[in-house]
Amino acid sequence: MENSTLISIEALKKHFPTSGGRFTALNGIDLKIGKAEFTGVVGPSGSGKTTLLNIIGSLDSPSEGRAMVLGLSISDLNVKQAALLRRTRLGFIFQSYNLLPVYTVFENVELPLLLLKLNESQRRKMVMDSLEWLGLTDKVKSKPAQLSGGECQRVAIARAMVKRPEIVLADEPTANLDAANSHNILKTMVRLNSEFQTTFIFATHDDKVISYLKRKISLVDGKVEKDEITGN
Amino acid sequence: MIRFLLKGIFRDRQRSLLPVLVATIGVMLTVTLYCWLNGFLNDSIELNARFSTGHVKIMTAPYAGNIDQIPNDLALTGVDSLMKKLKKEFPAMKWQQRIHFGGLIDAPDPAGVTRSQGPAIGIGIDMLSGDHSEIERFNLEKSLRRGKLPAHQGDILISELFSQKLKVNPGDTVTLIGSTMNGSMAMYNYVIAGTIVFGTPGMDQGSVIVDLKDVRDALDMNDAAGEIIGYLPEKYYDDKTAEQVVTRFNLLFPPSGDKYAPVITTLRKQNNLGQMMDQISQVGAFVVLIFVLSMSLVFWNAGLLGGMRRYMEFGTRLAIGEDYSHIYRTMIYEAVLIGIVGSVSGTAVGLLLSLYLQNHGLDLGSMMKNSSILMPSVFHARITAIAFFIGFIPGLFSTVAGTALSGIGIYKRKTAQLFKELEA
Ligand SMILES: Nc1ncnc2c1ncn2[C@@H]1O[C@H](COP(=O)(O)OP(=O)(O)OP(=O)(O)O)[C@@H](O)[C@H]1O
Ligand SMILES: [Mg+2]
Repeated sequence: MENSTLISIEALKKHFPTSGGRFTALNGIDLKIGKAEFTGVVGPSGSGKTTLLNIIGSLDSPSEGRAMVLGLSISDLNVKQAALLRRTRLGFIFQSYNLLPVYTVFENVELPLLLLKLNESQRRKMVMDSLEWLGLTDKVKSKPAQLSGGECQRVAIARAMVKRPEIVLADEPTANLDAANSHNILKTMVRLNSEFQTTFIFATHDDKVISYLKRKISLVDGKVEKDEITGN
Repeated sequence: MIRFLLKGIFRDRQRSLLPVLVATIGVMLTVTLYCWLNGFLNDSIELNARFSTGHVKIMTAPYAGNIDQIPNDLALTGVDSLMKKLKKEFPAMKWQQRIHFGGLIDAPDPAGVTRSQGPAIGIGIDMLSGDHSEIERFNLEKSLRRGKLPAHQGDILISELFSQKLKVNPGDTVTLIGSTMNGSMAMYNYVIAGTIVFGTPGMDQGSVIVDLKDVRDALDMNDAAGEIIGYLPEKYYDDKTAEQVVTRFNLLFPPSGDKYAPVITTLRKQNNLGQMMDQISQVGAFVVLIFVLSMSLVFWNAGLLGGMRRYMEFGTRLAIGEDYSHIYRTMIYEAVLIGIVGSVSGTAVGLLLSLYLQNHGLDLGSMMKNSSILMPSVFHARITAIAFFIGFIPGLFSTVAGTALSGIGIYKRKTAQLFKELEA
């Protein structure tokens, strides 16, 4: 496990400036996450889950300490290098799906591949593969507005998976979904995790999500309170 | 990627139709206003050209130097051969002789005793040779209030107000008392053909118009004229062409020792018209500046609103791994595209509108209380080469500047911050 560590966090702190000084959202996190993990960061609202995920995803940077992701130190990346990391090796899934409304399902999933400058036939094959994993082949030409919430989130997962990233970061992916859809999506992600050895990291306080996790990292007030391997 | 972005623009009407419409309207207004102001100033200049300066004017140097005093003793002589030569050398141009004069108009009673009298300013123009152009230039048909236009030698037109002052009517005989070219007294009888309204108080006080030949006879100015006026074939004055005429004229009539030799000058060098013409070019810059500023503001705002609508899109694209500068650049490209489309359509519509105003004009006469008749009350737009691209300056500049300004706001936001705003 040690030699397949993808994420290594040491003494990580994150402060946000506030009107009365600063607010410490992450207060000394030490963490290692390996390949093919299916891990969740859980904890009450305001505990720092999103902040931690944003730093791992190079959308934000540490105030103190170190965050190594796929061999790169997040604090040392400039905006272009961070964009390159996200473009090539990370996938994101959001609570509100964030599908672009003017584009079809196919085009939404194709966007990450356009940024990678792949040619049309490569793109076509990869998009169709990804839509097949998610059972969306009959929705290729639909627009997001014509889809249900569950379908939208599946499109978002297809978009995150299409370039076969090493790590997928999912912040409250089920918050807008009903129970049936939540379970459906989680099962799909479990399957993708085992099939492609993709590392999944969730930020959640949803028990349905937690029930699927293989490892549960509990945050309280910006600190890791518990880090446990669960029975799954 | 470009196709991807284009699809986005075309499918999102708020990103395409709306800004294109705004750009179109702004550009259309710019083009139309530019053509209109251009036409307005040019119409005013042409008015001067028609009544007074011509596009070029030939006088003797001493006459030109004392033109306010109408010094007919310094007038051009040998004009018949001069006219022949001008018509031969400049066949495309229209040349006209004119004689300005001052004097007294005397209205006698049937017994021949003076009934009333008044000072008059007169102009002799060609009305009876069969060439209708001077009658048109002075808009005489429309200015006629009573009576008819001159049809015979010895006919005179007199301003309506003057006729009332003198208590004379069409058909009456009046006597012009003036001085001949040689300085002796001239008396000549005219029959009033009609009365006219000029529309300018100064001229309505006491003006008369007679045929050129009748002035010659009255003032003993055979083969002489105060001035010869030339008009370029184009409808509007063009300084370059006028200067070419001057150069050519000076080659044909090289300066001699003769003090009374003909000397040519352009419209631009008369009556401070140069200053007025310089204003025309400033007008273009002014119109463009106003529209660049106001439209940039509009697009800045539209960009900010559109940007807010597109936070999700930008945030997602950032997360997927597009970098800021690429997103910013694509926004600018979009703006350039919108600007070009808007400028093309706005220029097209603006030119059509201007073309209509150029051909039909806008009648401001009804808006002016003392509707002038001699002065044209209909003002026309004028389309010049500049009108074809002037709209592109505000069209392109303001869409791009507006987008660039609004885009900076997005640029400055931290990526994570964009998501915070998304979640809210
Ligand atoms: N940009 C910021 N400026 C100031 N404070 C911030 C900022 N981002 C986060 N915080 C604060 O940091 C703390 C942790 O925020 P974070 O979003 O990571 O919580 P979370 O665990 O994801 O909560 P939730 O379950 O509600 O999503 C919160 O108290 C939040 O107010
Ligand atoms: Mg959160």
